[in-house]
Amino acid sequence: MGFAHSGGIDCDLHPAVPSIKALHPYLSDHWREASIIRGMDDMESIAYPINSPLSARPDWRPDKGKPGSDLEMMRAQALGPFGTRLGICNPLYGVQLLFSEDMAAGFARAVNDWLVAEWLDQEPRLRGSIVVPMQNPEFAVEEIERRAGDRRFVQVLMLVMGDLPLGKRHYWPIYEAAQRHNLPVGIHAGSQYRHPVTPLGWPSYYTEDYAAQSYAFQAALTSLICEGVFSKFPALKVVLLESGFTWLPAHLWRLEKFWKGLRMEIPWVDRAPTDIVRDHVRLTLQPVDGPPDATGMAKLIEHMQSDELLLFSTDYPHWQFDGDAALPDGLSTELIRKIMRDNPLATYPRLQESVP
Amino acid sequence: MNVQYRDQPVAEATNASKLMTADGDIHPGRNGPKDMAPFLAQRWQDHLATYGSRLRQAYQKGPAYPKSQPYASRRDSYPPEGGRPGSSLGFMRTQLLDPNNCVLGILNATGDNGQAFQNREFGAAMCHAMNEWLIAEWTSKEPRLKASLVVPFEDTQAAVAEIERYAGNPNFVQVLMLNRTAEPPGQKRYWPIYEAAARAKLPIGVHAFGFGGFPVTGSGWPSYYIEDMVGHAQSCQAFLTSFVIEGVFERIPATKLVLIESGFGWVPSLAWRLDKIWRRLRDETPHLKRLPSEYIREHVWLTTQPMEEPATRDHVLDTIDWIGWDRLLFATDYPHWDYDDPAHILPMPVPEAKRRDFFLGNALRLYGQPDAAAT
Repeated sequence: MGFAHSGGIDCDLHPAVPSIKALHPYLSDHWREASIIRGMDDMESIAYPINSPLSARPDWRPDKGKPGSDLEMMRAQALGPFGTRLGICNPLYGVQLLFSEDMAAGFARAVNDWLVAEWLDQEPRLRGSIVVPMQNPEFAVEEIERRAGDRRFVQVLMLVMGDLPLGKRHYWPIYEAAQRHNLPVGIHAGSQYRHPVTPLGWPSYYTEDYAAQSYAFQAALTSLICEGVFSKFPALKVVLLESGFTWLPAHLWRLEKFWKGLRMEIPWVDRAPTDIVRDHVRLTLQPVDGPPDATGMAKLIEHMQSDELLLFSTDYPHWQFDGDAALPDGLSTELIRKIMRDNPLATYPRLQESVP
Repeated sequence: MNVQYRDQPVAEATNASKLMTADGDIHPGRNGPKDMAPFLAQRWQDHLATYGSRLRQAYQKGPAYPKSQPYASRRDSYPPEGGRPGSSLGFMRTQLLDPNNCVLGILNATGDNGQAFQNREFGAAMCHAMNEWLIAEWTSKEPRLKASLVVPFEDTQAAVAEIERYAGNPNFVQVLMLNRTAEPPGQKRYWPIYEAAARAKLPIGVHAFGFGGFPVTGSGWPSYYIEDMVGHAQSCQAFLTSFVIEGVFERIPATKLVLIESGFGWVPSLAWRLDKIWRRLRDETPHLKRLPSEYIREHVWLTTQPMEEPATRDHVLDTIDWIGWDRLLFATDYPHWDYDDPAHILPMPVPEAKRRDFFLGNALRLYGQPDAAAT
């Protein structure tokens, strides 16, 4: 028993803001007062209903409070059992969903201050992603500038569904700042809910909402490539977080084929999408939406055509696997080593500073 | 469009061109509103002339994302006698049906066909006109051709009426929808359409495109035609997810769903994902009795064009193994620019029986045309 691959880097951990009140010490006077006198509710996104089975593994769910809100539990349930050397915190508190750009900037800043004080300062194995108000790229850049000096922040965090497709020039100032600071842009499952999560309208069931995240990632990847983000920012790295990864090969077959037929429309895309992905895009491991058998998984990994794309993640406290089965069957020892350690280190330059 | 060729001639590929084929996606062309006039009441002809067809998109004419070619068509598909690509039955015979040894061609009259007009009464009238035109100009003249029944699926009652009007009519072999619906298509308001299709023993064919009105991604409208095209695979994933999770296959077990021109490579990953999510969240959907992948395996067919072409071509064989060789229907998408040529789409060594099913047998069984290959 026990996880056999300790010393790895967990690239998707979700510390939860316990309540809006927990942010009060980190909010400016203005936003703290606004929060209190307006009776603002907790900002949890409908992307992760707190009591949904997916939102927390049964044995990771606390007796009270939100899953992921307690550092001791994260140590005991995630960092310890998986022998995690370093873990990247991706807070999903719903500040990107606000309509007010100013309020979003105020709350994003508070979430980042909270992450520093209550997690990064308390636990040397933890690193953070910079929560940015993607409602307003100018404010988002300001937040990146504010945090970039703290080397414990290792990437910029966005949601996969925003006001606009993520490749649009609207967002380029964020990518410019990220590239300048050598920070990958992490794109996490979730939506600002400006549009229905499916191209066919609002679905009836949460099941469909979660399923839709993977097609949203496909569309986001299409957009990033076709708009020329990687031509404009040749050093930029993008990490797809909690995206699923088994859709990637077939998506690239399709995108690459249409690129061959339609590249006259997007002449700035002067390399094949598969090559662009190999150089610029990484994906976290969980959830593994793969074939049930090891042989099938091995075939799928072969379809990925690279052993550098996947980064280890538990997606703690979300319920993606049971026990210590964080790695699917069908991976070679060599690939496991890359997923656990080499690929994350190559993706996140700042992690290299902590690992000799 | 086949972007890959093998350097050396492959025996199987040569055989493929000699096989009889069924073509799951042919687009009969119209030369303009005048083609519809014989089948459309004067009131609606006048309406069309005055107000246009008013889709849920910005422009009076043409697609919101300009295509890569006029009419999205092959440059060599203009009939020698004049007219638009796909509009001449004679030229379709000589350019498509004869050289491909096609014994069953499915006509999908997409485009400005009434299915997504803002004015639903007008839309229903146009759909009906399309069906009459399909019989008069195509299926009654060419026994190799069968049509998909154009139904105004955003107007449930009218769509049901159209299905009932043609139930048992041998000119039609499936009900046609488009994959960008105005609401998730598994939702209750569409069920009577699927029930009517099941009663009429017709599969539901879902072709790429449509004008539901929502952005074609969950993150808004993309910029480019290539994104619109690649995005059909995502729209189709949402379409299939809605069908499965709302329980259409559970509630109407005779439902057969054919996904047309949206690729098939994405199906295994989606099925695995839905299984995994459903295992976690099944208390939300107690109406489902089986794994999502089981419903998909039993109820879903897919046309092959545009053919998946991985760099390592044989990878697509794994994908077809995962989906099932009995579920793919060869299609060309004639006369469109991304046409697939049966001589080139499956150059890998594939056992003869599977090859025959892929190009012919699956379609003959699905569409109930066992005698087509005997003619």
